[in-house]
Amino acid sequence: MDFTTSDDRQMLAEALRRLLADTWDPETRATAAYTTPYHLPTAWKALAEMGVLAAMVDEDHGGFGGTGLDLLAIFTEVGRATCPEPLLATLLALRLLSSVDAGDDLETVMAGTRAVVAFAEPDDPDAVHDLATTAHGGGGGWRVTGRKSVVHGGPGADLLVVTAMADDVMVLLAVDPSDAAMHDYGLIDGGGASEVVLEDTPARLLGTDVGGALDAALDAGRVALCAEAVGAMDRLVDMTTDHLGARKQFGRPLASFQALQHRVVDLSLEREQARSITIRAAADLDTPAGPRSVALAKHLVGQCARKVAEESIQLHGGIGMTWEYPGAHVAKRLVMLDAQLGDSDHQVQRVVAMDAADA
Amino acid sequence: MDLEYTAEERAFRDEVRDFLADELPTDISEKVRTGHELGKDDHERWQAILHERGWLAQTWPAEHGGPGWSPVQRHIFDEEAALADAPRLVPFGLNMLGPVLIEFGTPEQRRELLPRILDSTDWWCQGYSEPDAGSDLASLRTRAVRDGDHYVVNGQKTWTTLGQHADRIFCLVRTAAEGKPQAGISFLLMDLDDPGIEMRPIRLIEGGHEVNEVFLTDVHVPVANLVGEENQGWTIAKFLLTHERTNIAGVGFATRGLARLRRLGTQVVRGGAPLGEDPVFAARLVELEARLEAMKVTNLRMLSAVQAGGSPGAASSMLKITGTQLRQDINDLSRRALGPGAAAMPHELDGDLAIVPDGAEATAAHYFNNRKLSIYGGSNEIQRNILARQLLGA
Repeated sequence: MDFTTSDDRQMLAEALRRLLADTWDPETRATAAYTTPYHLPTAWKALAEMGVLAAMVDEDHGGFGGTGLDLLAIFTEVGRATCPEPLLATLLALRLLSSVDAGDDLETVMAGTRAVVAFAEPDDPDAVHDLATTAHGGGGGWRVTGRKSVVHGGPGADLLVVTAMADDVMVLLAVDPSDAAMHDYGLIDGGGASEVVLEDTPARLLGTDVGGALDAALDAGRVALCAEAVGAMDRLVDMTTDHLGARKQFGRPLASFQALQHRVVDLSLEREQARSITIRAAADLDTPAGPRSVALAKHLVGQCARKVAEESIQLHGGIGMTWEYPGAHVAKRLVMLDAQLGDSDHQVQRVVAMDAADA
Repeated sequence: MDLEYTAEERAFRDEVRDFLADELPTDISEKVRTGHELGKDDHERWQAILHERGWLAQTWPAEHGGPGWSPVQRHIFDEEAALADAPRLVPFGLNMLGPVLIEFGTPEQRRELLPRILDSTDWWCQGYSEPDAGSDLASLRTRAVRDGDHYVVNGQKTWTTLGQHADRIFCLVRTAAEGKPQAGISFLLMDLDDPGIEMRPIRLIEGGHEVNEVFLTDVHVPVANLVGEENQGWTIAKFLLTHERTNIAGVGFATRGLARLRRLGTQVVRGGAPLGEDPVFAARLVELEARLEAMKVTNLRMLSAVQAGGSPGAASSMLKITGTQLRQDINDLSRRALGPGAAAMPHELDGDLAIVPDGAEATAAHYFNNRKLSIYGGSNEIQRNILARQLLGA
């Protein structure tokens, strides 16, 4: 047994931590994350140059990482910095492009061409295999029609990776965003998304029968979200203990009140539970145990994250309710990330369904 | 025992319902329903309609222009108004300063100020909390020093709700440094256009502008603007804390919130079926319903005791905790019911592009904004201290 992080990962994590801390200081975060294009294109370039994108791809596909533990190291830093760069959207794209061996696309995306995946639809976002979007190939190439919803990272993206049904088979298509109707909007926890309306839109076929690859990519994304939550909880619990130490009421620090001590201890317990189940999921990703471990992790982490967010706001009092206070933005991210890629309740149902299928 | 309203109370409820159906402007209720911010003019228009009917100053005795309602009648109005998507009445003039002036003010103060509250000439705001005096309000440091027939006030107030619309502010200020901190506080009225007062917005977590900071620098306030005796401010503040609290549970808001959540269950599809058919969601909904039904009865028990001449006392602390937690949990499940679409900034996607049911656009913003419920008006921790003192005698 060994819970130490490899030297390579440690170095990458430390370099990433410095880069994100320099780029995403609280003032920048409080404005740029909520202003179109809802991230910093220069920061994206720096991430590509540092090799963060290549670290999400395995060696067979030209990267130098791509395991669950790599994602754990990277996204913990993303969470610690409350970084709104659309790294999750690109992780999903890199995973799908790897699964269909789209070598040229992989290379350009690792180099900083920003690709995002459009997989969910407005009427039933969790039903990612039951698609209304259709595609057909022919003499003039592929065309796709349908609507994709809450496409994270959509504003300003260079490439859309779209799922659609061609007859009864799920296909993966590359679409130029300038060929699609992109309706961009901001998100309450920072970052942006798009409603993507496709109407006989030209597309390039990337792969067919990609349902299994989509599930695998979403699981990698769930590990990333869990890791992001752990990093964000680390930061927010620290900010909360700092506040309790510094803030005095009734002539003494809040940290001296036992009722509050117990509550912040409970938050640290939530955080460590979240960290442990995330390590489990990261280690199991891409193994037969992966889907179940990932669903358990996403379930538990979603609950821990919300509790830490809500309690941190409460323990900060009024200041925790203000836009000016960086912790408020961390709290919003912790609450809202649960809704991405299937929320806590949905994960429970996935586990139940997996067990029923195995029985 | 009889848990039902009397025949008179039921008739009153029908009267309130008819009034709301006929008189509440639909453009205003539509803003409330869809979570759009209300403007000052929206509040004033609704206040004028209520004033016309004689129902504006609901907590004032009839001789000062109130409707003479019982606590149960006030509760019925609050509940019906919430269900009809009426605006929450801004409480500072109507439910806070008005009753204070009636109890502690001079005849001149009452004669001058009460009519101006009733006809919306004056919009009042509150200057209680300070950056270093929140839960520990008695440690407030804004000083008022007597100089002839004026006080000279210096200090800073914060969390002043809707101060951006206000004409005047009532403040707790320190007029004596010796003795217990509570013993040196006075209740002072100021005009916001007095020289030396500056108001700055505080942006809240979800992005809205609802509260403000107020900076007071050498503000000259006539001694005639003192309410009650000098150093009697804490008594007045405590009076207000009991007066403010018959609607503290927010039963109407919780009832409306749960009804909307139930409707979301029929509108949202999750995994191929309506969300309401999802057993996990359905179970959570029933849990909230049970808590709401219990709280309604707790609230009626309190109202009944107050109606019989008692004081809400510890029950108001209990209802503040129970009510705010329940409303926050309803907000939480509502946000979760919307799935990933809940994250979209309110009203950026309307019409064909909408990704959440009509009226649910601001659900996540409300969830975050309503984290305030357990912080303001005496945080839930302070309410627990009050209850602990009562239970344990500690």
